[in-house]
Amino acid sequence: MNARRGRRIGLSTLGVVLALIWVFPVYWMINSSFLPNRTLLRFTPTWVPFGGSFRNFKAVLEDGSFFKALGMSMAIALVVVFFAVLFAFLAAVAISRFRFRGRASFVLAVLLIQMLPAEALFIAQYKMISSVNLLNTVIGVSIIYIAAVVPFTVWMLRGFVAGVPADLEEAAMVDGLSRTKAFFRNTFPLLMPGLVASAVYAFLQAWNEFTVALVLLTKDESQTLPLWLRGFVQASATQETDWGQVMAASTLVAVPIIIFFMFVQGRMTAGLVSGAVKG
Amino acid sequence: MSVATDREPAATLAPRRKRRSPMPYWLLIPAIAILVIGTGYPTVWQLTNSFREYGLRQQFGTPAPWVWFENYTTLLTDGQFWAVVLRSLIFCAVTAAMTLVIGLGIALLMTAVGRTVRLMLQISMLLAWAMPVVASMTVWTWLFDRRRGVVNYVLDKIPGVDMYRFNWLAEPFTFFMVASIIVIWMSVPFVAFSLYAGLTQVPEEVLEAADLDGATGGQRLRLIIVPIIRPVMSIVLLLQIIWDLRVFTQITILQDAGSSATEFDLLGTYIFKLGTGSQHFGMAAAASVVVLIITIIVSGGYVWRIMKEDSK
Repeated sequence: MNARRGRRIGLSTLGVVLALIWVFPVYWMINSSFLPNRTLLRFTPTWVPFGGSFRNFKAVLEDGSFFKALGMSMAIALVVVFFAVLFAFLAAVAISRFRFRGRASFVLAVLLIQMLPAEALFIAQYKMISSVNLLNTVIGVSIIYIAAVVPFTVWMLRGFVAGVPADLEEAAMVDGLSRTKAFFRNTFPLLMPGLVASAVYAFLQAWNEFTVALVLLTKDESQTLPLWLRGFVQASATQETDWGQVMAASTLVAVPIIIFFMFVQGRMTAGLVSGAVKG
Repeated sequence: MSVATDREPAATLAPRRKRRSPMPYWLLIPAIAILVIGTGYPTVWQLTNSFREYGLRQQFGTPAPWVWFENYTTLLTDGQFWAVVLRSLIFCAVTAAMTLVIGLGIALLMTAVGRTVRLMLQISMLLAWAMPVVASMTVWTWLFDRRRGVVNYVLDKIPGVDMYRFNWLAEPFTFFMVASIIVIWMSVPFVAFSLYAGLTQVPEEVLEAADLDGATGGQRLRLIIVPIIRPVMSIVLLLQIIWDLRVFTQITILQDAGSSATEFDLLGTYIFKLGTGSQHFGMAAAASVVVLIITIIVSGGYVWRIMKEDSK
């Protein structure tokens, strides 16, 4: 019995240590964002932000470029969420409610397209978007993002659609409704968790994406938040990096998304797993 | 690949049997259209232009001549390119393997500890998972900062270790070690949560029966737990391999903080520099095709297996 208790305490300690390791960078970002640069310049770290202030945040927000980037990120994310979820939903219904020729190849293609490395395509995407004069626009980036997000959202949603028995619709059809009506009345409400999950997935992808944005948004005034943050760090590094301000900028980019993520994560994980496990 | 798909439905539209509804094809049109534009066309462009000379002059309207395999032979006889390929493969293998092992360890730990510790683990994993990549990278460069980074401070406190002002980003080896640590930190939460969800499916009675039969911890893991969560594990590992082959953002931002010399390049940054940096679009396209082939070789077997398990 005693050995068992010892083992339990050992495991719990390990768990706590790992939890601290994983949370530390997030804590450190927020901690540093409140401290003045002269405190951060000491080799001995200041572990708790006593005597801190919001001065770093004020300095970061002063020139308004943050809000411009925020607007750009918002616009792109909303366009991507709307179209990616709509397109993926229709495709998911097709592959999980119908048997048709080409179905297996479509599913296979969806899987394979996810393997295409964005890093192997951005040159061509840059040429394509610039040839239709959509560089530095919301639409240009959104086209690439929607295409990047759709395969996984199809994959995720098909698990949800397949999880709702078709009998429900058939029963309604017996009552004289058309197939489409039956679908929207009986099945659609049950798909809400799946739609929310894929919307969240699309949103986070579009919000955090860096590579394609770097290639397609070449002007300062069309930057998204990740580009803005990188630019801020680079600008700060030309002098002695002001880590307090850099961490305040990171906090501004990260904290809203962390809060959002905490609210929706339960549904998201469920969505990821159900898409991956169910047929 | 995407080319084959968009042709597929059109070719099969012909009514083969009665009462085949055209409905599913209509439903697929938007998804297929966006994939053809966003992914299919660039892939085809990439393939064709990898066989042409497409450089700075072509940017200004000179037609791009066909050079067939010249870009490829230049690339494949270039020792630097091979060094980048090898480095990327090693980086990917080490990082993906470590991520899976640590993720599985933490998932198992979540099932073994009490509720409070499990909740602590879950919350901290979620926080790390939710961090935007660029923000994480910024924090980590601060943590590994040469002069005032916490990592150097803590390591320096260990007796006999001198890490005062140690520059992690100066040497390729320590540079990629830092990159790997960061990528593992970012990827473990997803792996741990997915595997934990899989582990909760392992029936309690089976484990108890194994206990009664005197199975050791290792046997339980190998003979009962792993076979049950294998489907989730293989998908998670596949995704990690794909993701770790394309660690562009992380390397770019680490290079911002350190050096962007070519010894610090992985495939993503290498192609980026070749294309947008020196405007060798033909060469960059050829390099991209090589990456694509590597990805297919590395993960093709996996996809095949997953597809087979899926269709059962």
